Amino acid sequence: MSSQLTGIAASAGIAIGKAFRYEEPDLTVEKKTDVDAGKEIKNFDAALEKSRAELEDIKEKTRRDMGDEHAEIFSAHLLVLSDPEFVDAVRQKVQDDKVNASFALNELADQFIMMFESMDNEYMKERAADIRDVSKRVLAHLLGKPIVSLAEIKEEVIVVGEDLTPSDTAQLNKEFVKGFVTNIGGRTSHSAIMARSLEIPAVVGTKSVTNDTKQHEMIIVDGISGTVIIGPSEEELAAYRKKYDEYEKQKQEWAKLKNEPSVSKDGVHVELAANIGTPDDLEGVHNNGAEGIGLYRTEFLYMGREELPTEEEQFTAYKKVVESLEGRPVVIRTLDIGGDKELPYLDLPEEMNPFLGFRAIRLCLEMDDMFRTQLRALLRASAYGNLKIMFPMIATLQEFREAKAILEEEKQKLQKEGAEVNDKLELGIMVEIPSTAVMAPQFAKEVDFFSIGTNDLIQYTMAADRMNERVSYLYQPYSPAILSLVKMVIDASHKEGKWTGMCGEMAGDSTAIPLLLGLGLDEFSMSATSVLPARSQLLELSKEEAAKAAEEALTYNTAEEVQDMVEKRFL
Amino acid sequence: MAEKTYNITAETGIHARPATQLVNKAGQFESEITLNYKGKSVNLKSIMGVMSLGVGQGSEVSIKAEGPDEEEAISALDEVMKQGLAE
Repeated sequence: MSSQLTGIAASAGIAIGKAFRYEEPDLTVEKKTDVDAGKEIKNFDAALEKSRAELEDIKEKTRRDMGDEHAEIFSAHLLVLSDPEFVDAVRQKVQDDKVNASFALNELADQFIMMFESMDNEYMKERAADIRDVSKRVLAHLLGKPIVSLAEIKEEVIVVGEDLTPSDTAQLNKEFVKGFVTNIGGRTSHSAIMARSLEIPAVVGTKSVTNDTKQHEMIIVDGISGTVIIGPSEEELAAYRKKYDEYEKQKQEWAKLKNEPSVSKDGVHVELAANIGTPDDLEGVHNNGAEGIGLYRTEFLYMGREELPTEEEQFTAYKKVVESLEGRPVVIRTLDIGGDKELPYLDLPEEMNPFLGFRAIRLCLEMDDMFRTQLRALLRASAYGNLKIMFPMIATLQEFREAKAILEEEKQKLQKEGAEVNDKLELGIMVEIPSTAVMAPQFAKEVDFFSIGTNDLIQYTMAADRMNERVSYLYQPYSPAILSLVKMVIDASHKEGKWTGMCGEMAGDSTAIPLLLGLGLDEFSMSATSVLPARSQLLELSKEEAAKAAEEALTYNTAEEVQDMVEKRFL
Repeated sequence: MAEKTYNITAETGIHARPATQLVNKAGQFESEITLNYKGKSVNLKSIMGVMSLGVGQGSEVSIKAEGPDEEEAISALDEVMKQGLAE
């Protein structure tokens, strides 16, 4: 009998395959006394050797796929394996106390982990995780239950796990991993964003997939509807194989639109752009026919490393992206760190409400050395194409003016140094905070464009943490309240001859698209894989009808009423 | 015994990458090598020892080596230290 689970459709597509349970083996250690110390030490040395070989492999693969920077962490792991204070101490303990090596290892690792965890420094606390990682690997070999890493998957599977961390997803090989299903997470969680960028079907937030799925069991992932079928019957398999073929056919249909303009049935053109995180995402941008980049999240340049990226490193990345778009617009957002995105090496104090705290532009204005380095890199890259800069989390005009003044200073310095800078560079802001949406008419006189960040705008408007599943019902993009704010921003920009884009999840959502077109949105920026479906939808829409529907939606009482209306008329 | 004193100039102090380079280099020598900071002394061949010191920017540290290749060790480590880590 098959069983069915429903989760959140995180990345579109159908995948059918064997489940690969990604989990930690049970590494419980029993204390044994009066052991043969010589034999235990021999086992321990063998486990160290196996772990070393594995880590060398992973390091090499990471270096090849992601560069030296990311491989560095594994050099540190390797050093832990040969740390005399650690491994000699384990051998000594086995020798002196005549205990089993796994017990000695566990004890000593715990001592070191505790020491690092008790340090008053975020960075050092993270090192505790490194030691835990490495000692687990050795322990797993000692106990004969080796840990399988995602990078080692060599057959077609569907990964099933509690959640996937950034380092887990970095190891996913698209050739073998056909899809994934997790217990936790939402549409905007890291694993979901990664799945869309890798173009693998995924369903997240199923709550119980790890309990319900056995290793190697057949499983179907429907990333379109958010359904997971475990142990499907022949009929179900046949139905989904058909659905898979249809989706592939649909994708081929969409692919024909790759070089077509994005125009509505009644001839109104809008820009369909893609969101990216690194220059590696450019391939997806080009393959999916995006007309520009509406959001380049620069955080990834700062993450997964030990210190700030230099001006030169940043310049190289920005220039690569801008040149690759050959004159089409590239909107680059300045550093948006804080909230759920941390940089351990900045060692910022923990906050009660990180989403309402010291983050994004607030942090950049105070740590202005770091901000200036980024602005210089951006300004220099602006000479190579159509680069636009946008500041995140602007709440007041003062913040915008302050940030703009710093930008102007750096621009003048660069020009004095003889560097080439695009003098007409457009400067915009993210609209994520309700105060800014309300003040849009004033902002519109000073900024060149707006980009509405819906994930945060909804969370701040509804006062509902988007990571908290118990209040996720308040994440309501179709709420008349949200639509009103969006309208205020668009109208204000048009009144001053400026433009408004949107770079949140909502911009690629098929229910939202008719409403946004109707409200007059100029640029829709979304996951690259959503661009072609959005274009195909747009071709069938009339702006005039959409405008009528949007106007009506603003007078409705609930998000459900809006959704019903759009589905009846347009979907 | 050979010894040398430094003032740490790197913004992030002796963190993962510089620490990794130091420990890797120290491991190539036979001599006993220690890193000394605020009256504490750790084995410079031990990554965890070095990291546990939590040496930040502006700190005064010294490196001591004792053994058959102590002079070579100190001069090799000096090179690593001078690559943007300390002066």
